[in-house]
Amino acid sequence: MRRPRIILATLLLTAIPVYAADIPQGERRSGTSFMAPQTKAMQDDDTANPGMLWTLEGEELWNKKYGTSDKACADCHGDARTSMKGIAARYPAFDRELGQPVDLEQRINLERARHQQASPLAYESHELLALTAFVAQQSRGMPITAGSDDELAPFIARGRELFMQRQGQLNLSCANCHDDNWDKHLAGSAITQAHPTGYPLYRLEWQTLGSLQRRLRGCIFGVRAQPYAFGAPELVDLELYLMTRAAGMAMEAPAVRP
Amino acid sequence: MAALINVPPRAKRGDIIEIKTLMSHIMETGYRHTADGAVVPRDIITSFSCRYNGTEIFRADLFPAIAANPFISFFTVADASGTFEFEWIGDRGFSATAKAAITVE
Repeated sequence: MRRPRIILATLLLTAIPVYAADIPQGERRSGTSFMAPQTKAMQDDDTANPGMLWTLEGEELWNKKYGTSDKACADCHGDARTSMKGIAARYPAFDRELGQPVDLEQRINLERARHQQASPLAYESHELLALTAFVAQQSRGMPITAGSDDELAPFIARGRELFMQRQGQLNLSCANCHDDNWDKHLAGSAITQAHPTGYPLYRLEWQTLGSLQRRLRGCIFGVRAQPYAFGAPELVDLELYLMTRAAGMAMEAPAVRP
Repeated sequence: MAALINVPPRAKRGDIIEIKTLMSHIMETGYRHTADGAVVPRDIITSFSCRYNGTEIFRADLFPAIAANPFISFFTVADASGTFEFEWIGDRGFSATAKAAITVE
């Protein structure tokens, strides 16, 4: 006996414009506003926010001597609480020597190479995340100012192009979700507007702290495209565009996300 | 290993106070495999305890289902000034301690 087979073919034709409309300034919302009250409470309580474990270790590393120069970050920059205030809010920033923007992780590794004569820290390594989190924490509550340098304009434009570019087997651009459908859900999860206000952040799904590049690679994998390698200029351009898109919003690092 | 402890610095005698602890740990379950099929060995915290002026007031056993960086919070009655001593013990010889002081008026 053969079971009757029901084949349901649903063809969804959705007309999505090639260039999606930007989110109006007044409607921009941090990822925090999409979270459950419990997750918000975890982020707001510095003794419950696991990201604070990394900032604690970052402070230790800030004062630790590295490389053949035998210098610590603190030997040049002094107290990070004053010297690093607002720094993370303006990254990725233009590096004149390289002639391209670098993000905060890359800046830390450049400083290590140029001034400490130390080997670079691997992306997503505990040490690099700890230092980045500690530096980013000093900008908490400050408005994002990235991209104000005129030399960044072509890189921001390229980042925007990547944001609008459909890619992967699902043929989706970042904008298809984060500009056009941020008020909806993907399964049980809120889509959100993709404002990178809290990086590096503690993601409950990751069970650890992670960088914006990790998040971007995760999204690119999600639309079944080949993710760019860590440190790729495309990822930095995307980071830069996202930060300018969130200009003026308050920094929340280290944030917590589901 | 970093730990975050939140004990109110002062309290009135007889007050019920909340103690919050956050410990940095990967809490590897022992049920996961690498891409080539090898088991990732279990590496978890197995026990947590808190002593208040030498007397144990709280103890917990931890298991593989508990998330990374375990957050443990509990309540006690503030009855004397002194110190809280915290201890985490786990696999692969893991051991960490922390202290916090309280003034009871």
